[in-house]
Amino acid sequence: MRINWIGIPAALILLMIPSLSVAQDSVENLTPTDDTVSEMVTEDVADEKIETQPAAGEPLLETDPGLDIPGMITVQDKPNNAGDQFIVTFEPAVNPEGIQCYNVYRRVVSEESENAWDLVKVIPVDKPTEFIDGYDPEYPIEPGILYEYRIASVSLEDTEFFGPVFGAMIVAKGEWFHTGKVKVLIAGVLFIGLIFYYFGKAQRGAKMYLRPISGIEAIDEAIGRATEMGKPILYVPGISTISDVATIASLTILGRVARKIADYQTRIIVPNYDPIVYTVAEEVVKQAYLEAGRPDSYDQDSVFFLTQSQFAYVAGVNGIMMRDRPATNFYLGMFYAESLILAETGSLSGAIQIAGTDAVTQLPFFITTCDYTLIGEELYAASAYLGHEPKQIGAVKGQDACKAIVMSLITLALVLGVLDLVADTHTLDWFRNLVTVSIVE
Amino acid sequence: MKRTVPLMIVMVGGILMMLQYFIPHQYSQVIFNNYLEWAPIVGAFALILGVGSLTRLHTHKIRRKAKNWQYSWAVLIPLFGMPLFGLIIPQSLGGGSDVHGVHDFLFMHIQVPIQSTMFSLLAFYIASAAFRAFRAKSALATILLLAAVIVMLGQVPIGDVFGRWLPNTGLWILRYPNLAAKRAIMLGVGFGMLATNLKIIFGVERNWLGGAGK
Repeated sequence: MRINWIGIPAALILLMIPSLSVAQDSVENLTPTDDTVSEMVTEDVADEKIETQPAAGEPLLETDPGLDIPGMITVQDKPNNAGDQFIVTFEPAVNPEGIQCYNVYRRVVSEESENAWDLVKVIPVDKPTEFIDGYDPEYPIEPGILYEYRIASVSLEDTEFFGPVFGAMIVAKGEWFHTGKVKVLIAGVLFIGLIFYYFGKAQRGAKMYLRPISGIEAIDEAIGRATEMGKPILYVPGISTISDVATIASLTILGRVARKIADYQTRIIVPNYDPIVYTVAEEVVKQAYLEAGRPDSYDQDSVFFLTQSQFAYVAGVNGIMMRDRPATNFYLGMFYAESLILAETGSLSGAIQIAGTDAVTQLPFFITTCDYTLIGEELYAASAYLGHEPKQIGAVKGQDACKAIVMSLITLALVLGVLDLVADTHTLDWFRNLVTVSIVE
Repeated sequence: MKRTVPLMIVMVGGILMMLQYFIPHQYSQVIFNNYLEWAPIVGAFALILGVGSLTRLHTHKIRRKAKNWQYSWAVLIPLFGMPLFGLIIPQSLGGGSDVHGVHDFLFMHIQVPIQSTMFSLLAFYIASAAFRAFRAKSALATILLLAAVIVMLGQVPIGDVFGRWLPNTGLWILRYPNLAAKRAIMLGVGFGMLATNLKIIFGVERNWLGGAGK
């Protein structure tokens, strides 16, 4: 029998075609379409979501992969801080439909517990997906600790769909110099250097002229008037704390004034608002009497604490003014809404009044109601004027030199502004960038 | 020694605080926060001294039968009465600081109205001070008066009756001449603070230690 070497394979092939076709159908049934693949992957994620459901907030288990989840999370150490902040960026969900916001969770890598996840930020879906983590003092970032993040898409029904966990890869660390403050440092060194230069110059005996300030020159006259009238002098050191520079300036003036009062044998009344200021003021006045050689004249009831309530203090001081009728009232230091009530009552009582404050909003009230007012920096310069010590005068000249520099810069900015208008250049912007520092990072 | 030690503390503390501004590191922050935490502790002890001072002053007045000595009772009785009701007397006898206690009653019905009264006096004092300030006695006072009238009318709805120029002029006065003057004062204040701080830190100004710097 002759073997048909062509017919047999052809018949076999013909027989195999249907079986191949059946096999192909069966394979097609096993291989998912693109849509089916995405469904399966999402189901996997949904399974993972169930596994990594955080304890923070109500755990809402949802297997229906209805929402898209955010992608990659990038974590950077924020520069110029104490090592307690990260800049966190994440890729938003490709399809934001149905997402109201993203919940960002953080935990320490070594802590495996699901309870360790902290909800550190809620970002509305239409807002930027970059934020600074570490602002919330309840969930601080510790320097040197490794953290991990995960983000959940939150549906309109408040259901969370969690993305994968991403390790931060870096730890937060603090810096030893704030590079954003270089300009401040340069200006600080320049101004401090100038003040020291004038300290030294004054110390070497250079003669320096100080513009007379009528308010300071009137102090002697006011003390003399009180002495002649046999009435006390009221000294109000403001209602701020000792941490306020205006209060410290006031206490330095109090020392000078108390010394003169001790010389003239007049009575001084110093009611205090702050207990720490009271203790310092008492010591200052006591020492002034001691230096004047009249420690026996010091009355321990002359400096006293009144109250720490603003308007109760006003009522107390006004009462002293109306009952004791001081011949001279000094209001030197930091004042708020009570300034006008004090000064107006003093004016009604007929006292000569000298005020001084660096509170810009209170200056008009003092100018209106007082005989003399030390405006802003004059309060700080008063001690130098009263003491006539070379270094103190040098400090005032140093201040003036600093102001001269700032005035020169303002004039230069004015010239550049005009130049920009005339020549259509942008020199003022360049200059502004050169000298300004952003207040908020 | 009595002066050297405080001066050294101030110098070291002052320089540290200056440097701290430029060092954001956590060690620097810890030092800074410690300083901030000390302040209220010192304040709490100073308050004891303050209350002691007030008590001493008024008991002296009562003992000496000084002028208006009766008013001293008005200070001493509430000074010790309020803590007595708030802290010592039990709640069953009207003590404690809850809303039905005597402490709360006294605070809400005496302290708060008195303080509000004092604050409301400010409105009348502003009116009298404004009257005094705006008397056109000289050319400068007249300019001040005019500026004040424009600014005040510009801030209220009736200003629009005269036309938009009035509120706009008022705004211009506030934004330019007024702001320029305010900034000039603030600049001077800033340098004044800097110089005062340096004088204190480096011991040039020692008056705060007591005495006139000798």
